[in-house]
Amino acid sequence: MKRVYVNEEWCLGCHLCEYNCAFANSGLSDMVLALKGKPIFPRIHIESGDKITYAVSCRHCEDPICVKSCIAGALSREDGVIRINRDKCVGCFTCILVCPYGALSPDENNVMQKCELCLQNAVGEPACVKGCPNHAIVYEEREAYT
Amino acid sequence: MKEYVIIGNGVAAAACIEGIRRIDSENPITVVSAEKHAVYCRPLISYYLQGKTDPVRMHYRDDDFYARMGCRVLYGRTAVQIHRDRHEVELDDHRFLPFTSLCIATGSSPFVPSFEGLDQVSSQYSFMTLDDAFALEKALLPSARVLIIGAGLIGLKCAEGILHRVGHVTVCDLADRVLSSILDQDCAALVQRHLEESGMEFLLQDSAVSFESNLAHMKSGRTVPFDVLVLAVGVRANTSLMKEAGGGTNRGILVDTRMQTSLADIYAAGDCTEGYDLSSGQKRVLAILPNAVMQGLTAGVNMAGGHMEFDSGIPMNSIGFFGMHIMSAGIYEGEMYEEKTDTSLKRLFIQNDRLKGFILVGREERAGIYTSLIRDRVPLSSLDFENMKKVASTTAFSLEMRRKIFGGVV
Repeated sequence: MKRVYVNEEWCLGCHLCEYNCAFANSGLSDMVLALKGKPIFPRIHIESGDKITYAVSCRHCEDPICVKSCIAGALSREDGVIRINRDKCVGCFTCILVCPYGALSPDENNVMQKCELCLQNAVGEPACVKGCPNHAIVYEEREAYT
Repeated sequence: MKEYVIIGNGVAAAACIEGIRRIDSENPITVVSAEKHAVYCRPLISYYLQGKTDPVRMHYRDDDFYARMGCRVLYGRTAVQIHRDRHEVELDDHRFLPFTSLCIATGSSPFVPSFEGLDQVSSQYSFMTLDDAFALEKALLPSARVLIIGAGLIGLKCAEGILHRVGHVTVCDLADRVLSSILDQDCAALVQRHLEESGMEFLLQDSAVSFESNLAHMKSGRTVPFDVLVLAVGVRANTSLMKEAGGGTNRGILVDTRMQTSLADIYAAGDCTEGYDLSSGQKRVLAILPNAVMQGLTAGVNMAGGHMEFDSGIPMNSIGFFGMHIMSAGIYEGEMYEEKTDTSLKRLFIQNDRLKGFILVGREERAGIYTSLIRDRVPLSSLDFENMKKVASTTAFSLEMRRKIFGGVV
């Protein structure tokens, strides 16, 4: 299936993906209204190390340990996409404890949220990919990766 | 034709059903459910009392789960005996269920020590099941003084769940600290202070020895009057069915990495088992939900003739109290790396070039990266651990490793 991948040598560390993600999932049509002057809680984040930056979001694992570990039955795998039912989440953070990629983070109310590839929001395809100025983030099939 | 029987209807059973159906979509599955509820998220009963969820949202699977999976559920029934020679399970209504392959997923039960006078306490509760929570809820009056025996995970989550609904909550424990099964002294002190500031009272290194109606006589000599008593001393794996059938048990039902017990065609999964703890290298009961799910799935696949092994279980917990999050994993042995503030504590335990365990109190970070270092036994010399120990980040991995885990083309 198609997943979001990052070519780290092309990532500028500009954090635009985080803003595009927060906007895409805000449910609002005006970016200024959605983001200006507010702390953002994106579902993708930039990792910065020594001379490297790259974006990390859910890998949509074939064998997702977060789904198996969720004590609320809030996480599930549907058509290859790891979905979250935020209504069921109680904010125990067990998914944070088990995700080897550090890909999940809570929202401002400590309810977990995660990348669902923008398939559930108005954008319909990953907004982080669409808005990446250097095409460092791509949305594609890669055979070797499961 | 094959017939599958699962004794128990918790998350291990649900995962077992899903495991069977990965391989076998046809043969019938019968589930023996002592509780009259579809599979629900047991660890959420405190969140229910706290008002953070409700019985509908607590369902572990959707409403048509059993129908979709081709399962018959016998609600309100218990298994009384396994006749292994005849491949039959005897139920409490004297029915016999034939099985080709059986999974025991009976979970655990509250352990209640024999306190003198306990039978005279009219308002006493356990805190394991949804029905326990419903029963306790009826006793939650704004004036109620609650005494909870046990400052472990169950006792403290119960305390958090009911604190705003009662007059006073006192928690006692024979241990010298709260959450003694997952926290060391310093981390426990930090958590205890937070809980006290939230309004709980603690009596540690002290516990009830006897009861006189609504008065507890403590080991220390003091007396504690109460209106509601919650018994959360500990739990014991439900192993009796297996023991009586002549199968191998210790503290739990003994299973191998395929969840096969010592008896042919009988598997076991979840809190009733004693499996392998990768972090200590020893067999132990790992009564945590992720383990139950992985064991259940593994048992199901193998029962249906597939092959699956689960050998990467480790103790791990993520638990929160009034906004303070606590995460722990593995064992606390070896050299310790520490970061400390007034309200947070991070401790990593390192031995033989491996991360063996950690405790994070009041630190919201990507702990799963640390957990994977324990589970995958990653040599710390293969990464930039100087940075990793400060911030859990995949940037500390080598480029090759990063490409491997994120699917880049090398």
